[in-house]
Amino acid sequence: MSQAKEKTIEDGIIKRVSGPVVSAAGLDAKMNDMVYVGDEGLMGEVIRIKDELTTIQVYEETSGVSPGEPVENTGEPLSVDLGPGMLNSIYDGVQRPLAVLEGQLGAFLDRGVDAPGIDLEKIWEFKPIVKKGDEVKAGDIIGTVQETESIEHKIMVPPNFEGGKVKRIEKGKYTVVDEVCELDSGEKITMRQKWPVRSPRPTKEKHTPTIPLVTGQRILDGLFPIAKGGTAAIPGPFGSGKTVTQHQLAKWSDADIIVYVGCGERGNEMTEVIEVFPELEDPKSGKALMSRTCLIANTSNMPVAARESCVYTGVTIAEYYRDMGYDVAVMADSTSRWAEAMREISSRLEEMPGEEGYPAYLSARLSAFYERAGLFTNLNETQGSISIVGAVSPPGGDFSEPVTQNTLRIVKTFWALDASLAERRHFPAINWNESYSLYRNQLDPWLCENVESDWPDVRQWAVRTLAEEAKLQEIVQLVGKDALPEDQQLTLEVARYLREGFLQQNAYHDVDTYSEPGKTYLTFKAIKTFNDEAFKALSGGASIEQIQTVEAVPRLNRIGTAKDHTKFISQLEKEIADQLKELY
Amino acid sequence: MKEYQTINEVSGPLVFAEIDEPIGYGEMVEIELSGKGMRRGQVLESTDKFVAIQVFEGTTGIDKKCSVRFLGETLKMPVTGDLLGRVLDGSGQPIDGGPEIVPEDRRDIVGTAINPYAREYPREFIQTGISSIDGMNTLVRGQKLPLFSGAGLPHNEIALQIARQATVPEENEEGDSSEFAVVFAAMGITAEEANEFMDDFERTGALERSVVFLNLADDPAVERTITPRLALTTAEYLAFDLNYHVLVILTDMTNYCEALREIGAAREEVPGRRGYPGYMYTDLSMLYERAGRIEGVEGSITQIPILTMPGDDDTHPIPDLTGYITEGQIYVDRELHSKGVEPPINVLPSLSRLMSEGIGEGLTRNDHGDVSDQLYAGYAEGRDLRSLVNIVGREALSERDNTYLDFADRFEKEFIQQGYKTGRTIVDTLSVGWNLLSMLPKTELNRIDESYIEKYYEETPEGSKVEG
Repeated sequence: MSQAKEKTIEDGIIKRVSGPVVSAAGLDAKMNDMVYVGDEGLMGEVIRIKDELTTIQVYEETSGVSPGEPVENTGEPLSVDLGPGMLNSIYDGVQRPLAVLEGQLGAFLDRGVDAPGIDLEKIWEFKPIVKKGDEVKAGDIIGTVQETESIEHKIMVPPNFEGGKVKRIEKGKYTVVDEVCELDSGEKITMRQKWPVRSPRPTKEKHTPTIPLVTGQRILDGLFPIAKGGTAAIPGPFGSGKTVTQHQLAKWSDADIIVYVGCGERGNEMTEVIEVFPELEDPKSGKALMSRTCLIANTSNMPVAARESCVYTGVTIAEYYRDMGYDVAVMADSTSRWAEAMREISSRLEEMPGEEGYPAYLSARLSAFYERAGLFTNLNETQGSISIVGAVSPPGGDFSEPVTQNTLRIVKTFWALDASLAERRHFPAINWNESYSLYRNQLDPWLCENVESDWPDVRQWAVRTLAEEAKLQEIVQLVGKDALPEDQQLTLEVARYLREGFLQQNAYHDVDTYSEPGKTYLTFKAIKTFNDEAFKALSGGASIEQIQTVEAVPRLNRIGTAKDHTKFISQLEKEIADQLKELY
Repeated sequence: MKEYQTINEVSGPLVFAEIDEPIGYGEMVEIELSGKGMRRGQVLESTDKFVAIQVFEGTTGIDKKCSVRFLGETLKMPVTGDLLGRVLDGSGQPIDGGPEIVPEDRRDIVGTAINPYAREYPREFIQTGISSIDGMNTLVRGQKLPLFSGAGLPHNEIALQIARQATVPEENEEGDSSEFAVVFAAMGITAEEANEFMDDFERTGALERSVVFLNLADDPAVERTITPRLALTTAEYLAFDLNYHVLVILTDMTNYCEALREIGAAREEVPGRRGYPGYMYTDLSMLYERAGRIEGVEGSITQIPILTMPGDDDTHPIPDLTGYITEGQIYVDRELHSKGVEPPINVLPSLSRLMSEGIGEGLTRNDHGDVSDQLYAGYAEGRDLRSLVNIVGREALSERDNTYLDFADRFEKEFIQQGYKTGRTIVDTLSVGWNLLSMLPKTELNRIDESYIEKYYEETPEGSKVEG
């Protein structure tokens, strides 16, 4: 990572090389110290110490490395560089900036190269917000820097500092390594902080989240919401739309900062993010989406050990922005690849395997990761949150496998992707009967206050109708639809519009891709209006065939793509009501 | 170069030898047989006392007296533009009796990852001439799109049809500066299957612009682990140095994975699912991810790996891990095959992830996405109803349901069915699609923008106008 070879404790000698796992003798190292391996200085991390031998996982390809080559210890754990310049950047799993590496190496990633995680030479305009003589403590904000057009970066006293009275602080132009402030304790503050990725940054207090992370996706906001500071899992077989859902969240959710971790996934998908995001606008601020986004791309063919570390790199960067008082959302795609990286390394260490070959500590690692999410009061009394959305790729789409099961024990929102929905191009292919959100109750007060007071009732109606449909479909499979009583046939009809007009949403349509909560509510309402009017018509004597052929009704499916939805919906509701009234 | 006569263990494809100098991980090894002949291998584990060597050509005939030479470098592929038109064996030696290969460069076969920042997102439509691919699961340049097949299914015909018909429509008109090349890597396929490919390549003249790597069923299994790497290294040279648009066909990936498992077992590794090594995902991704485009470079690598799913089970680790890496998959379907549909591609579970960026206005046609979605929805509905018909009979179904049943039947007979020799342009494909959609009332077409319905919906649909 970033820190070039600053200090060397003592060199060791390589004894054994097997793929990404290297053993060295004579290395004086602590657990999780960062080391440089071999003549080429490949980056690695200490993962086991036994007698004379230290075992190291190497973050780069080890072809050609041979016993006898040296290992240098930095004496420090794997850390990231934190400071202005991380947004609008793309990193690999150990925070090497990929754009800089391309400049140095060309299109292919070679090994043994290093570059600092943030630009050390770029000049930033620093504005102090404390003055000489002020008392500051660890975590306090001492000044700001306009990092991108939408984000003001707060410069903080590092959490491991003692704090004290400000001795000197001055407005001006600085690089991240220049001193911007000096305290009477002798501590000097720069805009760059270093933090070990495997330790959470300290906070003051954790709270129960009560505000939804608005995603602009009808099925999520409407039925299975996630809170700002909450956790969610999206498991699904390949081709069911995990990545598209993650991209949609990264594009449209109303977090201040997005950290997108592409963990062991496809290269072209990351390229899509890199190409598409800069062109997109944040629906809230109208500014480029990329200016609030930090990307971490460790594609599947990049070294496996760096895949293991990339989720930690991502969440540490997220915590740093949370400390400034921002709402951060972390998308981890996919946590299964991370778990597999653990498994791969564990098996090279010849550890005793747990379920399906995964190490016994899988569950502990997963829960420790998700526990870094939450709504917090920071050391500096600001409030910030981290929401984590983790994709899970269960082998064969079987949710009973260990990664899915261990994840479900921790997260409170579950968006179950379904291959059979994806096959009929029902997207997002989230199965409404299997998914759940445990945040509904704690978010309802906010939704009632900020959207509409009967939101929970309307949602409950929709949930009930869909559950009813699932039950009726089982009967239909046996006897055919026509054998059902008319009111049940009507329920099926209403449920069909809920599925096609509400649950389905086209991510590639300019208008439909984002549905603000107000629109989501009105779409619910429009279908409910049809439901209410149609049942009135039915009891008034109209037949189900008549109701099915009412001309205005199929337009319920066009609400999503309508440009002026308020006008469209009110007109449509009126027409549906009028036309149904004509039937009796 | 030091020679050792220190072999102390031979086990399956592995040889263990003592050494007294440091040997690099992944280094190439030559083992001289006491009789005659030489075997090549690679260091799989290196310690200061011994090394484990994986022997590519099999360990038969190796004894403790054999001498072992370490070449001091990792496995390299000699590359040159002259490789086009050549046939090589699974470890890269010419077997066509042609002249010695004079390399322009020698490249490490493991390859390095393309920096995601340097990639260019693939969005150039490749017209394969197959409706179920072009219309429903569009292939684009730089994509990796496997065929998921089963034993006894015509995946080879489909791969050949793609190789024969693939064009990029617009560039043909403008006169494309880059040429098209095929790199074909066979891993453990039968001689008969190999002949099928070779005959087709020769007959159509495709051989001149192809490089063929053949590891047949009776060739050493371990060699299969290097064959695709040699092929992809060659492909990268052709694409990114010589600006060819390269189509790589890898067949059969199942045999490749079996070889991985064999080596894993010989090394006594802790196995993952069904005995395959835990690192198989990483290993496969290091092959598949070598497809793509690079910004500022004309050439491209498009991959069509073929794999036969044991027991037609797509949750088997090989198709499963593949599907998580590749950008979609094309299912070859046994039921359609037995119905005589050619090519028997089941579009429902098939997918092309790069489709949405590769189609639409200026690429194919603006209604393409909507038409495809609607065909999917209609066909899925029709297929669902088939199971219901078996129970309650057609008469018990509503008129709407009956229309969808007919729709699904005609979709298979007219849209998917086209034969292995017919190429359809994308416009042909879309008009077959519209012809079918016009069976349905306009109000059912809820996936299609109203302006397209206006333009393309056929009020009085006739039978299909395109020969199937």
